[in-house]
Order: sequence, then C-alpha cells, then structure tokens
Amino acid sequence: MEDNAFCVALSLLVSLDAALFQIVVLSLKVSLMAVLIAAVLGFPLGAAVALWRFPGRGGVIVVLNALMGLPPVVAGLVVYLLLSRAGPLGELGFLFTPGAMVIAQVVLVLPILAALSRQKIEEMLGEYREQFISLGMSRARMMPTLLWDARFALLTVLLAGFGRASAEVGAVMMVGGNIDGVTRVMTTAIVLETGKGNLPLALGLGLVLLTLVMLINAGAYLVGEVTKRRLG
Amino acid sequence: MTSLNASYLPSSSGLLAPPALCFDEVAFSHEGKHLLGPCSFTLDGIGPTMVMGPNGSGKSLLLRLAHGLLSPTRGKICWSGQELCPRQAMVFQQPVLLRRSAIANLMHALAVNHVPRRERMKLAMEALDRFGLAACAKVPARVLSGGQQQRLTLARAWLLSPQVLFLDEPTSALDPAAIKAVEAAVLEFHQQGTRIVMTTHDIHQARRLAGDVLFLSGGTLCEHTSADAFFNQPVSPKAQAFVAGELIE
Repeated sequence: MEDNAFCVALSLLVSLDAALFQIVVLSLKVSLMAVLIAAVLGFPLGAAVALWRFPGRGGVIVVLNALMGLPPVVAGLVVYLLLSRAGPLGELGFLFTPGAMVIAQVVLVLPILAALSRQKIEEMLGEYREQFISLGMSRARMMPTLLWDARFALLTVLLAGFGRASAEVGAVMMVGGNIDGVTRVMTTAIVLETGKGNLPLALGLGLVLLTLVMLINAGAYLVGEVTKRRLG
Repeated sequence: MTSLNASYLPSSSGLLAPPALCFDEVAFSHEGKHLLGPCSFTLDGIGPTMVMGPNGSGKSLLLRLAHGLLSPTRGKICWSGQELCPRQAMVFQQPVLLRRSAIANLMHALAVNHVPRRERMKLAMEALDRFGLAACAKVPARVLSGGQQQRLTLARAWLLSPQVLFLDEPTSALDPAAIKAVEAAVLEFHQQGTRIVMTTHDIHQARRLAGDVLFLSGGTLCEHTSADAFFNQPVSPKAQAFVAGELIE
C-alpha cells in the first residue's frame, strides 16, 4: 500500500507536508500572477485588434493565433536569453527566481488570452456596432463596454490561460531552475521525482496538481453560473 | 451646469422646431451593386415621416444613411436648423441591449453622453418609469420580453433627448399590445418636438402615425407626399398598387 500513488497523494495532503505546501503555494502564486498580468495586457490587446482596422492587422491575428501553440521550451529559451547575465535584462538578476518564471508564463499565456478575447469581442462587436455608433461612442469608449459585456466568455478564456500556465513545465524549468525551496513548482517536482524513479511520489504530486486545477475551475464555473443567472 | 442640463433634459427640445433633413442626389452602392438612389428630398414638415415600401426597397438603407451609420457613395446629406448635426438616436428592428440589467443599460447610455455620475440613477429611473418599466429596473435586459426590450431601447433614446429619432421597423416582431405601447412612445417623442423618421411595411401603422410618407421601391424614391395625399390619391403606379394592398415587388 505504501507505493500506491493515491495513498502517497493522500498522505502528503493529510500530513500537510511543509515542503509540498511550499511547492503548491509557489505553483499557484506563479501561475495566478502570470495569468493576471497576461489578462491586464492581453484582454485590452485582443479588444484593440478587434476594434481597430490598421495595415497588417491580418498578420497580427495570424501571429497571435500561431503563438497560442508556442512550445514552452521556446518561450523559456527566449526569456532565459533575455534574463541571462549577458542578456539585455541580465542586470536585473531575475534568472532563477520566481519572477523569471512569471515572465516566462506571461509570454506563454498572453497570446492565448489576446487571441481568444479578440475572437469573442469581434463577435460581440458585430452585434453591437451600429448601436454603439448610434450612441456616438468612439472606439476607445467601446473597449471597456465590450470587455465588461464579454465577461462570461472572458472568464472561460482566463481559465484556458490558467490551464496552460499551471500545466507547462519546460519554461519554468529553464528560467527557474527547479531550485529546492526557491523555484520548485509542482510540474518541475514531478519531472524530478520521475527522473529519480520515485514514481509514487511523482504520481501523488500529479494528483494534487490535478485536484487543485479542478477546484479552481469549479470555483470559476460556479461564480460564472451564479452571476450569469443573476444578470442574464 | 445649466447648459449641460439643457442638453439632455427631454423637455428642452420641445421648444425648438425639429431640424430639417435634406437628401441631395444621394446614392449608395455596395460592392458594385447599386442599392439606392439617386434620390433628393427634404423633410422639413412636422412629420412623423413614415418611410414605406416593400422589402429590399432601401428603407433601412435610407435610415442608416440619414443617421450616419453609412456614408453615401454619391450626393450629400445635410441638416438645416439651429445646428449642423443635431442630436440623434436610432431604434433598431432587433433591440440591441447590453448584457446588463435594464437600468444599467440606461446608465451606460448616460455615461457615454458624459452625464455626471450622481445624476444618472435618477434620470434612468425616470425614463424607466415613463416607459412603464420601473418594475424591471434590476432585471437583465436580455430576459425582458420583446415588447419590453423595445420599450427599453426607446427609454434609452429618450435619455439622449434626440432632436431626430430614427426607427427601423421597431414593431415588426411585436404583438398588438406591445405595438400600441411603442406607437404611444413614438407619438410622445413627436409631441416633444423630436423629428420622427420611421420605416414600416405595415400600412395600418403608417395610417395611424404618418404626417408625411416617403415611398420607396427598388431603391428609387417614388413619392414624398403628405399622409392624406399618399393614402387617398397616390400618384405613382407602385404607390397606388401598394396602397390598394396589392403585392408589389
């Protein structure tokens, strides 16, 4: 029974293992912070691309859509090069800190949030455009109205972004370094334990990660449903 | 603050004659397809003006050009009266409402028009009350019935205190009771001195509301006469057939 992954996961949780707790908290902190920053930048960016017509707009949309499939190791490599001592941002000394992991995940999540919100907002704009022009609204004034009216769709987009951030391992491994107690998160810990042959612990960590993601999604779903029912 | 109030309080516009709308050889084509005109007319009577004609005759197009949602391919649209471009509002066939409560929809329109925050709630409640929607203030706008939704768009237009109100078949999807409420609201706008330009294909509705009639067929303006003349002695053969209840194209 000792080797059973479920038992390991359960005992890790029940015993409130300090090391596990630290890993879980750091994982959540990094991914939530990354999603938050990506949302603040990505939603207005998506709305702007939906609203304004400019030369090269089609190219921007294609690039955003393509970057949704950006391999995490490539994002990690780019951020690594930027933050490494010899890189342009090397002075900051960010490499192998949680801050670097946040930056790498922002790079991964931003295109998802921007591309999907662009699509949702463009759909909504098709419905609202004439009324908005009739009300005398400028494009800049339309943006907050559209972002707020698309809030339920954007919540789902946010979850997609969080899923990407919490699941990836390549980028945080490269720029974080999986340093015990400093930059070790759930995914990098799973890779490490698997490499060491400690499969039950790896699987146990995997189950904890899955449960957490599930809980966050369930919470967001409930909030969305309740608000939707109240506001229509 | 007085001048600001005057700009959005509905009662103030009642004192002024509604601005006249002038189409000068206006034509519109899209992707090489000729859709309207060239047509010339001036709306300077009291109205309300009913724009009539069969489907595809260019009624909605004419309204959108006049309101500025589309730009004419040729010709000129101008306003005469006290201002170059009067305050306008438009009510669409399908009510376009935000995914918010009824009152939040009205407050949004006020916010867009720079009405001070502390006055928005009061003005919005007054408008809801005027259009019989006070009980629905907190209800999500999109779960209201079709008639209530259209009344809400009229309440929103009311808050903008337009000098000109365009309505694009506002009652085509409504039952008789809702149509009655909408028509009463349209007449209330009219009595406040707002110029009404409304499309309809319901000849009975036009008889009830019209002061003058613009009759379109196939993108051409066939007739612009007073309602009396249009319904009793239409001049053009198309209009004669239309008034006689024949199915024209």
